[in-house]
Amino acid sequence: MAVRRLAEIQPADFAFTAENLTWANAQIAKYPAGRQASAVIPLLWRAQKQAGGWLPRKAIEHVAEILSMANIRVLEVATFYTMFNLAPVGRHHVQVCGTTPCMLRGAGEIIDHCHERIGEQFHVTADGNFSWVEVECLGACVNAPMAQINDDFYEDLTRENFTQLLDNLAAGKPVKVGPQIDRQFSAPVGGETTLTDGQASSANRQS
Amino acid sequence: MLDDKDRIFRNLYGRHDFGLEGARARGGWDGTKAILEKGRDGIINELKASGLRGRGGAGFPTGLKMSFMPKESKDGRPSYLVVNADESEPGTCKDREIMRHDPHLLVEGCLIAGFAMGAVAAYIYVRGEFIHERIRLQAAVDQAYEQRLIGKNNIFGYDFEIVVHHGAGAYICGEETALLESLEGKKGQPRLKPPFPANVGLYGCPTTVSNVESIAVIPDIMRRGAAWFAGIGRPNNTGTKLFCISGHVNKPCNVEEAMGITFRELVERHAGGIRGGWDNLLAVIPGGSSVPCLTADQCLGDLYMDFDTLRNLKSGLGTAAVIVMDKSTDIVRAITRISYFYKHESCGQCTPCREGTGWMWRVLTRMSEGRAQKREIDMLLEVTTQVEGHTICALGDAAAWPIQGLIRNFRHEIERRIDEYAARPDNDHGVREPAMQAAE
Repeated sequence: MAVRRLAEIQPADFAFTAENLTWANAQIAKYPAGRQASAVIPLLWRAQKQAGGWLPRKAIEHVAEILSMANIRVLEVATFYTMFNLAPVGRHHVQVCGTTPCMLRGAGEIIDHCHERIGEQFHVTADGNFSWVEVECLGACVNAPMAQINDDFYEDLTRENFTQLLDNLAAGKPVKVGPQIDRQFSAPVGGETTLTDGQASSANRQS
Repeated sequence: MLDDKDRIFRNLYGRHDFGLEGARARGGWDGTKAILEKGRDGIINELKASGLRGRGGAGFPTGLKMSFMPKESKDGRPSYLVVNADESEPGTCKDREIMRHDPHLLVEGCLIAGFAMGAVAAYIYVRGEFIHERIRLQAAVDQAYEQRLIGKNNIFGYDFEIVVHHGAGAYICGEETALLESLEGKKGQPRLKPPFPANVGLYGCPTTVSNVESIAVIPDIMRRGAAWFAGIGRPNNTGTKLFCISGHVNKPCNVEEAMGITFRELVERHAGGIRGGWDNLLAVIPGGSSVPCLTADQCLGDLYMDFDTLRNLKSGLGTAAVIVMDKSTDIVRAITRISYFYKHESCGQCTPCREGTGWMWRVLTRMSEGRAQKREIDMLLEVTTQVEGHTICALGDAAAWPIQGLIRNFRHEIERRIDEYAARPDNDHGVREPAMQAAE
């Protein structure tokens, strides 16, 4: 468990855009009648996106109203699940995995770099570009160490390619998602040991 | 080694089309109607005969689990299939590959399994961080709806809905009843059992919760027959399994192999061997962070990677997430980090877990620096047994086992640090505790 509280400075109001409201109603329709509360996580997630990466109190209340839920029920969901940021984050919010499989492969260096370059966890840099946090296992362990930046996984990190990655993000240059080394997703480096027939068809290869 | 023709996940590395066309080229959605015509009992019996055991960690026979569902609804409540795609066990990254590279295996598996248990719908709960995986899976579900493979009035004549749902970062939601709570829009705090989900599950209706891999292998088992699946692996531990090999191997990777492959062959053939050679091996966590570690000695002989062999060694296959540690590893710190993970992920509902995980982490933190007394090792062991088995869900057990494994196998290492620290002229006899944090 961890203590998670709402930010002290909060915007005055929040409402879904028309597009997001339509989307929200489509989500609610996925669940049986009277079970609209099931859509609370997807709606909060959308609200977080609209608010620029974090969840203001008004957004929580707005979602509660749409779903006919008590404010406290939505507030406890927002504070329970760690992907909801309760205070503003940088344009590129870096979540570095620090759990044992990544730690064994050198996550410490990535974390050190975040400390040096960005500062304390959840501190937003002056230019608004970056914030970072150490998170628990993100489920890409054979591509360790790794970090999730906004929606994307960046894997097989080294201090060098991670520095380069942050440089490119800061400069608005295009970056490669997924493994940062020459590697086909989670296959062994240097080529597959299985499923080796029909490799010529590499239309879906990520590059 | 498992032959390529016996592999179920033929697009594991994403070299081919993930969509319907690609899935069909790999044999997916072939003869699905004939499979459904075997009837509910026919499918469940075939799965029982195949020996398929759940791939989410516990290894419970999948066919048997499905047979617990009511044969018919006497009170008008519908039945549901819920697929657990909240893959969060440290070391595990196999369901991710299924969802992003071969999602139709899962979609077709949902239809067959849902039919076999009389479910009206499947809810697939994907962990929140898997955003692209969720988009891929949703695309596959949309394709299946478009082609009328699922949905109302589909070509198979069995109305069946599939909903892709997602979480927002909580390991505990991988526990089946916490997942149901989360799916209902609440905090993910596990429910007391009984009643079991097969009686009272999602929305109070009969529900079976299964792992992604368990469901995704069902179409191939039904197409190729139970005998084929049962012929792979070892007795009571049959079929193929996705292994995730991480840590100090030369080439970490995911690979599908026969259940019961030896540890040495698995690592040597697919992961390029241990970093620095086999003499450099220190310890292995064979099934995700929840299971106790094994020592190098236990791994060097014919260590069969299956449920029964590893359970007999007081460890477990779990999710088959093999975390390898070489001699450069600070084993006490590595387990301390796992301990921190459980402290972070405890939902806070049960006192032994909420308080115990923080307590165990703080003691281990001191021990990893040597700032402790030797008698505290036994005290720590005692506390793990007070957490284990005294909580609503298995997170308490999962927090206790890695520490028990550490003390069982590496007590000498902890004692060595305590001795070294005690010999330091500036030692403070272990009185400094890591700062307490609120809400522990």
